[in-house]
Amino acid sequence: MKCLLFIFLLMMSCGGYAVDTYQLSDPKQQESYETLTKELRCLVCQNQTIADSNAELAGDLRRQVYEMLQQGKSREEIVQFMTDRYGDFVLYKPAFKGKTSVLWIAPVVFLLLGLITVFFFIRRKNAVANLHSDADALKIDIEKHKKIRSLLEKGDPS
Amino acid sequence: MGLNLKPTEIPSPFINKPAPDFSAPKLQTPEEKLTPADLKGQVWLFNVWASWCVSCRAEHPVLNQLAQQHAAVIVGLNYKDEPNDAKNWLDTLGNPYNVSIMDQDGRIGIDYGVYGVPETFVIDKKGLIRYKHTGPVTAEDVQQTFLPLIAKLQAEP
Repeated sequence: MKCLLFIFLLMMSCGGYAVDTYQLSDPKQQESYETLTKELRCLVCQNQTIADSNAELAGDLRRQVYEMLQQGKSREEIVQFMTDRYGDFVLYKPAFKGKTSVLWIAPVVFLLLGLITVFFFIRRKNAVANLHSDADALKIDIEKHKKIRSLLEKGDPS
Repeated sequence: MGLNLKPTEIPSPFINKPAPDFSAPKLQTPEEKLTPADLKGQVWLFNVWASWCVSCRAEHPVLNQLAQQHAAVIVGLNYKDEPNDAKNWLDTLGNPYNVSIMDQDGRIGIDYGVYGVPETFVIDKKGLIRYKHTGPVTAEDVQQTFLPLIAKLQAEP
């Protein structure tokens, strides 16, 4: 029970709530603000976006996004500003390029490897099962033959 | 690769790029400002610190010792700190910095991609960032990394 309570408390502590959400007058900019802050990583907490985190740095980066949107900067310009300073790691969804290609391609490669393995595994299993049933059939045949022969030898009583 | 990497050490995109510009008030004399241009022609360390930063306390004696060797100019970036707390810290623990500048709202920090204090940049005579260290600098780091690098950069034109 104590253990459960402890785990529950640990789970509670994971929910960080960002307090200072900025409001932009233009609803389109507000939308950009909300998507951008959900795509940028809080580098202190690493597994949270800057929208989720209440770390000081996340707050500063939210302010930065807000100010740049107010200055009329585009999404691309803001993402460029962040990656120039913090590298690709700041993006929750990394861009597809040489350095990050392994990240994107590896899951597909592993899935294909898995499917190929499963395919061959099932094929082999089927082949073995067929072999077994052939052997069973053969066994029955031999037994039948024996029975027929013994019946013939004895002669049909009817 | 992989399991041996420290996820907290994010590769800096700044290596071999010019140190981002700033014009920031000095901690001890706020009416004076410092810019990276003032340091052209010198090898300098840019150490991000704060009085609220626990690891900075561990790093501080190492910096004090490094300062005594006069190998390079040491500039402090007093990051998101109260000036009075910062001055008290230097009075109590010693001041390894040739000069410290103030970044109260953390904007210079963002320009330098700072995400975990302390961080230390090594900047060459041309004003290019040549190395970045995240986390407290240890005596071992000074001997194995910083001093050899500083010597190399001092020898460059």
